[in-house]
Amino acid sequence: MKGKMSKKLAILMVMVFVFSIIAGCGTKTTDKSDQKAAADKIPVGINVELSGDVASYGSNCANGAELAIEEINKAGGVLGKQLEPLKRDCQSKADEAMNLSAALVGEKIVAQIGPLTTGNVAGSTPVMMSKKVPLIAPAATAVNVTVDEKTGKVNDYIFRVCYLDSDQANRMAEFAKNDLKVKTVAIFGSTSDEYAKGLAKYFKESFEKNGGTIVAEEGYVNGDKDFKAALTKIKGKNPEFIYVPGYYTEVSVLIKQARDLGITTPIGGGDGWDSPDMIKVAGAAALNNTYFTNHYSVEDPDPTIQAFVKAYTAKYNKAPDSFAALGYDAAKLLAQAIKDAGAADPVKIKDALAKIKDFQGITGKMSINEQHNPVKKIVIIEYKDGKLVSR
Amino acid sequence: MQEMKKSWGKFIIEVLVLTGLFMLVQYAVSNELLNSYYQINLSSLCINIMLAVSLNLINGFTGQLSLGHAGFMAVGAYASVVMTNMMGQPFIVGIIAACLAAALAGFIIGVPTLRLKGDYLAIATLGFGEIIRVVLQNIDYVGGPAGIVGITQLTTWPWLFGATVLTVLVIVNLINSSYGRAIISVREDEIASELMGINITRYKVLAFVIGAMFAGLAGAMYAHYFYIIKPGTFNFMKSFDILVIVVLGGLGSTTGAIIAAALITVLTAALQKWAAIRMILYSLALILIMIYRPLGLMGNKELTTKMFGKIWGEKK
Amino acid sequence: MLEFLQQIVNGLSLGAIYALLALGYTMVYGIIMLINFAHGDIMMVGAYVGFFSVTMFGTNVLVALLVAMFACALLGVLIEKVAYKPLRHSSRIAALITAIGVSLFLEYIMIYIFTPNQRVFPAETFPLYNYHLAGLVISNKDLFVFGSAIILMIILQYIIKMTKTGKAMRAVSIDQEAAVLMGISVDRTISITFAIGSALAAAAGVLIGIYYNTINPLMGIIPGIKAFVAAVLGGIGIIPGAMVGGFLLGMLETLVSGYGSSLYRDAVAYGVLILILLIKPSGLFGKNTGDKV
Repeated sequence: MKGKMSKKLAILMVMVFVFSIIAGCGTKTTDKSDQKAAADKIPVGINVELSGDVASYGSNCANGAELAIEEINKAGGVLGKQLEPLKRDCQSKADEAMNLSAALVGEKIVAQIGPLTTGNVAGSTPVMMSKKVPLIAPAATAVNVTVDEKTGKVNDYIFRVCYLDSDQANRMAEFAKNDLKVKTVAIFGSTSDEYAKGLAKYFKESFEKNGGTIVAEEGYVNGDKDFKAALTKIKGKNPEFIYVPGYYTEVSVLIKQARDLGITTPIGGGDGWDSPDMIKVAGAAALNNTYFTNHYSVEDPDPTIQAFVKAYTAKYNKAPDSFAALGYDAAKLLAQAIKDAGAADPVKIKDALAKIKDFQGITGKMSINEQHNPVKKIVIIEYKDGKLVSR
Repeated sequence: MQEMKKSWGKFIIEVLVLTGLFMLVQYAVSNELLNSYYQINLSSLCINIMLAVSLNLINGFTGQLSLGHAGFMAVGAYASVVMTNMMGQPFIVGIIAACLAAALAGFIIGVPTLRLKGDYLAIATLGFGEIIRVVLQNIDYVGGPAGIVGITQLTTWPWLFGATVLTVLVIVNLINSSYGRAIISVREDEIASELMGINITRYKVLAFVIGAMFAGLAGAMYAHYFYIIKPGTFNFMKSFDILVIVVLGGLGSTTGAIIAAALITVLTAALQKWAAIRMILYSLALILIMIYRPLGLMGNKELTTKMFGKIWGEKK
Repeated sequence: MLEFLQQIVNGLSLGAIYALLALGYTMVYGIIMLINFAHGDIMMVGAYVGFFSVTMFGTNVLVALLVAMFACALLGVLIEKVAYKPLRHSSRIAALITAIGVSLFLEYIMIYIFTPNQRVFPAETFPLYNYHLAGLVISNKDLFVFGSAIILMIILQYIIKMTKTGKAMRAVSIDQEAAVLMGISVDRTISITFAIGSALAAAAGVLIGIYYNTINPLMGIIPGIKAFVAAVLGGIGIIPGAMVGGFLLGMLETLVSGYGSSLYRDAVAYGVLILILLIKPSGLFGKNTGDKV
């Protein structure tokens, strides 16, 4: 009796599987017919991290991009056509990013926005290159995103709207040396991603070149919650400034623990710090005397920025972070390029993207250079009693 | 004599089916009938089959619970990429390096740990798998945590097909040999096998090394298909994913492992559009299957042509 | 020397959290020989219950701790009844896969409901004070985490050693069939074990939330696996072993980050585990048992 039961249930399970597979295939075909029916739409892929390690960056960036597309469509679309966002979740995995890019290209997207991290963009890159569809990386800051490291050739179809890691690390090193007037620095950054390791490396090079000394170098791994051991060690070396490249999830806890241990020196970092959670976790008092390089400031009085902040807050019920702003800029930049190209054709859009000059985005006025990087200003932001002050 | 003829006939049919399958996909790929999305999923399928079948040798046939399979995959992936991308050797050298490196890692880890039993072995292999990942993360030569980006795509359909068939054939033949019977006897009763004069440590290590070697081969295929490898890809969750396939198919059933690998790959692809609830459905399916079918889909039986015959017979 | 003592203080709080988690692992293992991989995720659910208790109902931390423990005790019993009980007579590996399934389910159902974004324990729920003691910095959070962990462990010891339920638990873990013959309800005893283990995990979750301020749906994975390591270190199934294993692991990790390199911290933790297993396979407190023929 029991044996028969489980056999029946097994068959049932198999049927559920088969059904779900058929359902999966089913929706795919309907999607395609939808597309044919709506030839007046321009499909845009949004391939970002909605789950996994960096899920919050991906979802905020997708929010920004979707807001931009909504605004563009409300204003009549591009070339008389509406943009259609196809949002997918690459689960913070490079192989999944590649898989989804292939699926999206199959759905005839004209360009892809995302993924956010350098590693996941690297997963998508070969597909976009071989299928000749442009990719706009909103926040991937490593040099080799747009340039092939081995050959030194520019990846034709890969663009980005954020500045590079070397730029922001140099800016912070100069700021520490010239504005804060410090001579000894400890570096304590994440070692589990290229972003933070890159920042640490470039900062060190730049700071030492300007005559400063690095007195301690420590590292942590993403996901860590206890930094007291290494902080205690750093405290013993008495640095005048601590550079903490990493993401806010760890940095906020780290700064709090540093202040708890009685470390009062200024602390600096990069754009990974940008999040309302910084103040919530570390508290306004702990964040006094900390500085980071960023893409823009939510509290910038510029009317376009304030309009964006207002629209975003109204739609998503929270303030936009840098990822949201970069996602917004990526979508707007793409719309501009489609307009310049005069056709919803991936190859022509690529050519138009390469020629963008003085595009006014939320994250500053930018021009795309021959390496497909935007040329723009880097903001330094100071936390002052829980407020963000641009320096 | 009769038996001989029969097995020859079976052999020829097998060869024909395999060649047919190969040619069919090759034709579809070269004539672009199969778009890149399906090609990517097909490649994941082959890689999953290799991983599942090789882990099944360790967990299913030898009965040694290993939770570090992703570690061997990582060793293979990195070894092959160092050979091809960094030293400019041809792909075949990379593949051989991957197999040797992973087998060596399997030997180094297997000799001390296989004395442990059950859960202790499980946690020790999990620990070793994680140590491999942490060590790779700290070697700057292979890119540290960021891994290696921009690997030349060398894994083509013939390579992939060849590697998958090789994995399955070697392991199936091993199981059916006298070595295989010794390995299975270790699973069934270690003490009795030892009394019968079987050197249990030797057979455990043998199975472990061969399993690790094919995981390394799968790693090489993976690295040269997906362009990028990083240590984080090969964490213990990856080992769990492989284990799930093996147990789902049925411990000790090679065909079960293959079917389960196909099922998981297709299921993952089919659920792609429902990113938010995909993992919820997946985990529920896992729990339900285990409750109602704790021995996996196939138990420890193999799917054979005979079984099809039976189903036909019943229908008549 | 001062720095060393400070590192020890840092290690104690981390160790206390590992110990609380390891206890649940070890109790469940001791009674049904199951590696409950969902244990870390029960801790995560506990942290969320505590979070909502504080933010939505404005309770104080102690009440939040109790609410979370109660809720997770129920959750633990429910999980055992639904997912593990049907598998009690199946192979251990099938139960293990089910546990992985439960773990994924808890993680992704929480992501689905509460988004993957991290949440922040409001700072005002537990204002921070630092005590300076001969150059050492000890915060009231350290004391709270350490103190609650110790109190909970004492209560646990009392339950196991002094009460009838505790006796029943010990009896079932030694010999289930004999326990049945002695009139002990095995089902009930297993349920109680899950309830107690899960409540301890929930306590650990709330303590992590208070100590580190942030919680997210995937926060249980790493501490979960670390706690398992701690349990094996002490000898899985042995309650004092789990406590010692937890504290040892916490200290070890802190000292490795402090004096070696934090990059190799995880590798060292696993390395020590493997060494102990190879030298004394049953863990620090385990008894070596021979095979039965």
